[in-house]
Amino acid sequence: MISTLETQAKRPPFSPEKLTEVQGVIKQFPEGKQKSAILRVLHIAEEEFGGWLSPETMDYVAELLDIQSIEVYEVATFYTMFNLKPTGKFVFEVCRTGPCMLVGSDEIIDYIKSKLGISAVGETSADGMFTLKTAECLGACGYGPMLQCGKVYHEHLTPAKVDELMDHYRAKYSSSINQN
Amino acid sequence: MIKVTIDDIEIEVAEGTTIMNAARMIGGDIVPPAMCYYSSLPGTGGKCRTCLVEIAAGSTKDPRPMPKLMVSCSTTVQDGMIVKNRTSEKVIENRAAVVEFLLINHPLDCPVCDQAGECDLQDLGFSHGKEGSRYEEEKRTFEPIDIGENIKLHMNRCILCYRCVHVANELTDQRVHGALHRGDHTEISTYIEKAVDNEFSGNMIDVCPVGALTDKSSRFKSRIWFLNPMNASCECKKCSGKAVVWMFGKQVYRVSVRQDKYGEVEVEDGKPNWICNECRFDKKDVSNWNIEGPRHIDRHSVISQGHYEKPNPLKNATKNIE
Amino acid sequence: MGRKLLLEHIDVSGIETYDVYRNHGGYKSVEKALKTMSAQEVVEEVQKSALRGRGGAGFPTGMKWSFLAKPEGVPRYLVCNADESEPGTFKDRFLMEKLPHLMVEGMITSSYALGANTAYIYIRGEYMFVLDILEKAIAEAYAKGWLGKNILGSGYDLDLHVAPGGGAYICGEETALLESLEGKRGNPRMKPPFPAVKGLYGCPTVVNNVESICAVVPIINIGADEYLKIGTEKSSGTKLISACGNIARPGVYEIELGLSVEDFIYGDEWCRGIANGKKLKALIPGGSSVPILPAHLITSTAAGERRYMSYESLSDGGFASGSMLGSGGFIVFDEDQCIVRNTWNFARFYAHESCGQCSPCREGTSWMEKVLHRLETGKGNMRDIDLLAEINKKIEGNTICPLGDAAAWPVAAAIRHFREEFEWHVTHPNDAITRNYGMLKTPSITL
Repeated sequence: MISTLETQAKRPPFSPEKLTEVQGVIKQFPEGKQKSAILRVLHIAEEEFGGWLSPETMDYVAELLDIQSIEVYEVATFYTMFNLKPTGKFVFEVCRTGPCMLVGSDEIIDYIKSKLGISAVGETSADGMFTLKTAECLGACGYGPMLQCGKVYHEHLTPAKVDELMDHYRAKYSSSINQN
Repeated sequence: MIKVTIDDIEIEVAEGTTIMNAARMIGGDIVPPAMCYYSSLPGTGGKCRTCLVEIAAGSTKDPRPMPKLMVSCSTTVQDGMIVKNRTSEKVIENRAAVVEFLLINHPLDCPVCDQAGECDLQDLGFSHGKEGSRYEEEKRTFEPIDIGENIKLHMNRCILCYRCVHVANELTDQRVHGALHRGDHTEISTYIEKAVDNEFSGNMIDVCPVGALTDKSSRFKSRIWFLNPMNASCECKKCSGKAVVWMFGKQVYRVSVRQDKYGEVEVEDGKPNWICNECRFDKKDVSNWNIEGPRHIDRHSVISQGHYEKPNPLKNATKNIE
Repeated sequence: MGRKLLLEHIDVSGIETYDVYRNHGGYKSVEKALKTMSAQEVVEEVQKSALRGRGGAGFPTGMKWSFLAKPEGVPRYLVCNADESEPGTFKDRFLMEKLPHLMVEGMITSSYALGANTAYIYIRGEYMFVLDILEKAIAEAYAKGWLGKNILGSGYDLDLHVAPGGGAYICGEETALLESLEGKRGNPRMKPPFPAVKGLYGCPTVVNNVESICAVVPIINIGADEYLKIGTEKSSGTKLISACGNIARPGVYEIELGLSVEDFIYGDEWCRGIANGKKLKALIPGGSSVPILPAHLITSTAAGERRYMSYESLSDGGFASGSMLGSGGFIVFDEDQCIVRNTWNFARFYAHESCGQCSPCREGTSWMEKVLHRLETGKGNMRDIDLLAEINKKIEGNTICPLGDAAAWPVAAAIRHFREEFEWHVTHPNDAITRNYGMLKTPSITL
């Protein structure tokens, strides 16, 4: 599958530009406290290296921050935003907590599942394009149901809006492929 | 020095002493049980909540009772503090609840567990637990894994005391195992298969209060109560060489650190007598050791009942009958 | 029309940019503080304003500041808690997204008061788009001389950074937040020592909520005396309320504390009543952790008095018949909603968010979740209801941090006020599997 091939292609180390960015983050903390940069560096690493944190990526981050690998594993597995397995091109994280549930998040989750032809949350569509995840309260309670894709919040979801979103991201992916 | 009263017994202790340590100075049954706290390992304590006690009076200055139960391992005494441990119904009840919490996901596989007979959780369940369980749900399970060639990890039995993480922090600057994930999915692991191979890694077996970490070189060889614990020493360049060898006849089945009555490693001149992996895993010949004599074990455990260091009164009784 | 202190200029186009913000009185509190007040005077002004922490616990902000230890030669830190994740709460995101310079201004004035030369905004990782907005504002503030060395020629230096989390509700607890900011797992620390003595990197640290820090700006601008005139005697000032659930107009509202609950729910300026003409069934007034109130205890108290949006009125009656203002996450339930399902949903949330450090919370939260799931899906029995009450009593108060209490309270309150609904799920197992107690007429999805 394309996704696997691409995932393999994106591996450490960071490009010189990204490395400068990472060093800037490390400098925000006092000397010797470089471990403080870990969460932000993991976010950057995940974005750079195929959307997930492979053991290789985590070991690389450990090296950059001059800490033991286990310290990175401990942190990466604690925080739920990090993907520890490869995902589809786009990850839909639907908020499932109370206030969103009151306005129909369960129905939206079911709808996305059927659209993607998957049977459970956490699975990826057969074309490798979308992974469905659920998230706990994303702080958009007044604008639910909602989902997060990358940095973007999509709020007031309806089945029609979910259809539009999927078209939007598919088109986005096609144009990024054509550019390369 | 400040005065503190625990279960109606008064004692003077140095400022900064924890309730737990003040109770240990008094000794006996008033000492709260500890599953995660371990004196020689800085940073341990506060997690298991079995040592919760009631503070009936905060201090002479402020004699108000504290509204919540406090963890005795991490709460320091104040002058005039009145602590209730086994004399508090609230403590007994809440400690029983903690025992229940610790057991709901525990496999209760004592019949096949090497720790049985010297297990802190078994002892705690016996002394502070209630009969039966109200837990009807499925237990969380993990597959047993090897962490390094010498140690088996049964995560199902783990109570997440974090002692093994702290002992690694203490004895090496290259810890390779740790706590992963979170909530009730938290597990002790190396994440990807990695050998825990620093020279003192075996000590995590001894600090483990349950059968989560066991010594592969002695697994399933014998029930602990059939072994004779002997104080033994050897010339070792890496460690103190002071250990307990667990013998069956003339064979050494297992080697461990010398533990005090709270299950903690003995401290000599301020230094804990941790032992190295060579002493623990490789010196299994009685000729490796200078046997000093029987080890007295003073705990609420099955192994304490052997009294191997004394002549067995039952044996004599049987002789007389003959 | 209530007075607006934080959202006064929210409708001004371009208010998120430096120039517009500055033209609308932005950064005046910094000028006033640095040029005319000593650090101690700023602390005293905030103390006098009786501002209570807006994150949920309601601890007086000025008092928290006064506890900060000041040993010689040791740096002090101000850390803003922007890890907003209490279900029902989305006010801090709104503030930071729409008024990033208010956040920056509040950080500068507050850091000056505390003598901190480095400050961090710890923002939940999911708000990465807000982090970008804040960093843009911070860059502008540096460029205009509000941050960096010798601000306004006062000799005061301040560096301000934003650090993201990675997805963990527990990091909203201040010591877990500090652990996370140090690059570790978000395990709460044991207290004492409190952060005011030993916080970030072992140094004295104050951790304040976004809204609390933003509120410092108007307090310094208008003065504590003026601030005290707003609100009630025990709840001074204004509060942001994020209203959600089954209401006609969800959103973030700045209210003067002391507004009646009835006006807030039904008033045209605020929620405009229950959506789709349905009836009000229940309310969680201050984020998922606080006790749920049944219809008859929402607009009036058990004693029959009018209920107001204030710390004291919402908690009137204690947990037996009251609740808490909490974070201001105002969740409204209409007649079709199922309390058992919602309680299970919240229990799942807390089980998912427990850090796993201490046994009552780690084991107890997931136990409650499992029992509630059985009840909700028609597989429970009457014994389970009492068992739940029993488990939550054994979690409450016995954990390292307040997450245990936060998980226990909603379950206890739901059983207290809606027991018959739990029992109905036991006696009607086949109906329980369809969506809920209230919506029997239109069963929708299956679990």
